[in-house]
Amino acid sequence: MNKDVFTIVKKEFTRFFGDKRLFFSSVIMPGLLIFVMYSIMGKGLMKSFSVSDDYVSKIYVENMPEELNDNFNALGTDITEITDEQVDESKALLLDDGSDKIDAIIVFPQDFIKVVNSYEISDGNEAPNVKIFYNSANTKSSRIYSLIVSILDEYEASISNKFDINKLAEDESYDQATEKETTGMLFSMIMPMLLLIFLFTGCMSIAPDAIAGEKERGTIATLLVTPVKRSSIALGKIISLSVFSLLSGISSFLGTMLSMPALMGGNTEGLNASVYSAKDYILLFLIIISTVLMFVSILAVVSAFAKSVKEAGTLVLPFMLLIIGIGLSSMMGGGSSMTALDSVIPIYGTVKCLSGIFAFNYNIAYIFIAVGMNIAVTCALTYVLTKMFNNEKIMF
Amino acid sequence: MEELIKVTGLKKTFKLSSKQQKIEKTKSKVKIAVNGLNFNAYRGEVFGLLGPNGAGKTTTLRMLATLIKPDEGDVVIDGASVTKNPDMVRSKIAFLTGELKLEDFFTPNYMYDFFSDLHHVDAETRNARREKLFKRFGIDKFAEVKIGSLSTGMRQKVSLVVSLVHDPDIIIFDEPTNGLDVMTAKVVTDFLMELKNEGKTIIVSTHIFSLIEKICDRVGIVINGQMCVCDLLSNLTEDMSLEDKFFKIYEEIIGEEV
Ligand SMILES: Nc1ncnc2c1ncn2[C@@H]1O[C@H](COP(=O)(O)OP(=O)(O)OP(=O)(O)O)[C@@H](O)[C@H]1O
Ligand SMILES: [Mg+2]
Repeated sequence: MNKDVFTIVKKEFTRFFGDKRLFFSSVIMPGLLIFVMYSIMGKGLMKSFSVSDDYVSKIYVENMPEELNDNFNALGTDITEITDEQVDESKALLLDDGSDKIDAIIVFPQDFIKVVNSYEISDGNEAPNVKIFYNSANTKSSRIYSLIVSILDEYEASISNKFDINKLAEDESYDQATEKETTGMLFSMIMPMLLLIFLFTGCMSIAPDAIAGEKERGTIATLLVTPVKRSSIALGKIISLSVFSLLSGISSFLGTMLSMPALMGGNTEGLNASVYSAKDYILLFLIIISTVLMFVSILAVVSAFAKSVKEAGTLVLPFMLLIIGIGLSSMMGGGSSMTALDSVIPIYGTVKCLSGIFAFNYNIAYIFIAVGMNIAVTCALTYVLTKMFNNEKIMF
Repeated sequence: MEELIKVTGLKKTFKLSSKQQKIEKTKSKVKIAVNGLNFNAYRGEVFGLLGPNGAGKTTTLRMLATLIKPDEGDVVIDGASVTKNPDMVRSKIAFLTGELKLEDFFTPNYMYDFFSDLHHVDAETRNARREKLFKRFGIDKFAEVKIGSLSTGMRQKVSLVVSLVHDPDIIIFDEPTNGLDVMTAKVVTDFLMELKNEGKTIIVSTHIFSLIEKICDRVGIVINGQMCVCDLLSNLTEDMSLEDKFFKIYEEIIGEEV
């Protein structure tokens, strides 16, 4: 039996690695596509949400207090003073697209500084109000709005400073999180979902064609008239398809990781994958391997039911949704720690283990239970696939 | 004479989907494809199953080859039962039909060796057999060409050769000349005669009278899943041609039923 499994695995490998198109479309393409797409998306996002440094904002101001001139000039703005009557008609210019466009209108109360200085909270009167009109749908206008607000905040603090929060100081950093914690938190949130989806789509690009496709093309029937045990055929298929799916999944994963810096706008400070130990990586690998085996066996059984590759593609969709759902649950779950019950639920246990490992917060026993569960599901489904190969209603 | 294949009370029904019911113009939910078939084939003879379309020939041969299981009855092939010991049966026979395909991606050489490995043929024997058969069918020139780019005829020859990697004593062949031009058909029928002369037992199904007349020792006429006549070809063609005999039998059966 072992010899037959080997013969079948060898044939599948020859097919997969010998067919340049198949290899390219299922291993090279996914990673490359994700990398290019995410990189472009990252660049695009950066561009549309940032304002170039030499842009000069145009602001209309009513009752500009001289004391604040320096602060505003430091922003590099083009300030035009206007009168009360002009305020309303100028509002339209905030929405303008042409050369008359302005980015904000500030309306100070008359004699702003004097009014502010003489104002006492205990008087019970309404505090003086500065109005800032802006256009939140426009990046430039939004940016200058927040700059103006911060200048005014600063000014307010300077005239009645009771206390500061996280005042900037050269020699002190307030955020106590280490590289390890930042990485752990972020990775444990997004990685399980990404891994799960990439591994599953990896399997989806491989398994339906190798099972339903062979059925459709009548090539599996040729195998079934040989004395080879059905279990050997099932095992040979699942082993080889797992290797291919793993390659495909790794390709997508690498594509994502490599495009991360571009996607996050170069803002990957504090992230460092080397904070994980060799032990973490080994556990991760165990989980990934066992998960791929399980996914392949699920998809193999589903594809064996289908009469064609197309039908298999449709039958597989609900499983895809399930995987995404479980992946999302880990993202929303907020990293609650794992229980023994979690570890025995297939797929969910896997997600929990993954986020545990990424967050440096795991129980090795649970990981082994989850891996064992994945293997058990694989064995059960291999048995089912064997039965299906024996079932004429399904195979013919 | 040694009975090598013994078919007893073979029965197979298929459930019909509503779509199939319309095609078959029937209200019944099941189709009895093979209905209590009996026959024997002896070592070293060519046995022909003759019958019109839909008679149940392919279904019968698929049961012989263990691809589908009989509802009732059994087939014993060289001592192995298709119901109780299908793996054993598969190692004793070659089964060839148009529905069994080889993967387009591979070359005849690769497929031949792959199936030899699955039949546990040692490398030396395999190479000798491959060389002989490839030469015999002119596959040697195409041995390294992907099967997907071969012509239909060449592809059928490769399928034939690959089905014989383990040099079985029993060969079951559904419509051996289907889809072949006269030249290729002759190559195949000549080869079947060679196999017979080597002492192989061959079962073929066809609706072509000339093929039966050319290669068969005995004939079973199947109509509506039942064996109507099963006799030596020489006995059947004593007083009239096989064709006339067939229509006479057909009229008797169908005439009675209608
Ligand atoms: N899987 C199936 N499901 C339903 N009906 C089937 C199935 N396979 C065969 N049949 C029916 O059983 C009957 C016998 O079919 P079979 O293929 O054995 O005939 P045949 O003698 O080989 O005919 P032909 O000369 O056309 O090949 C036909 O009426 C066919 O429609
Ligand atoms: Mg037929």
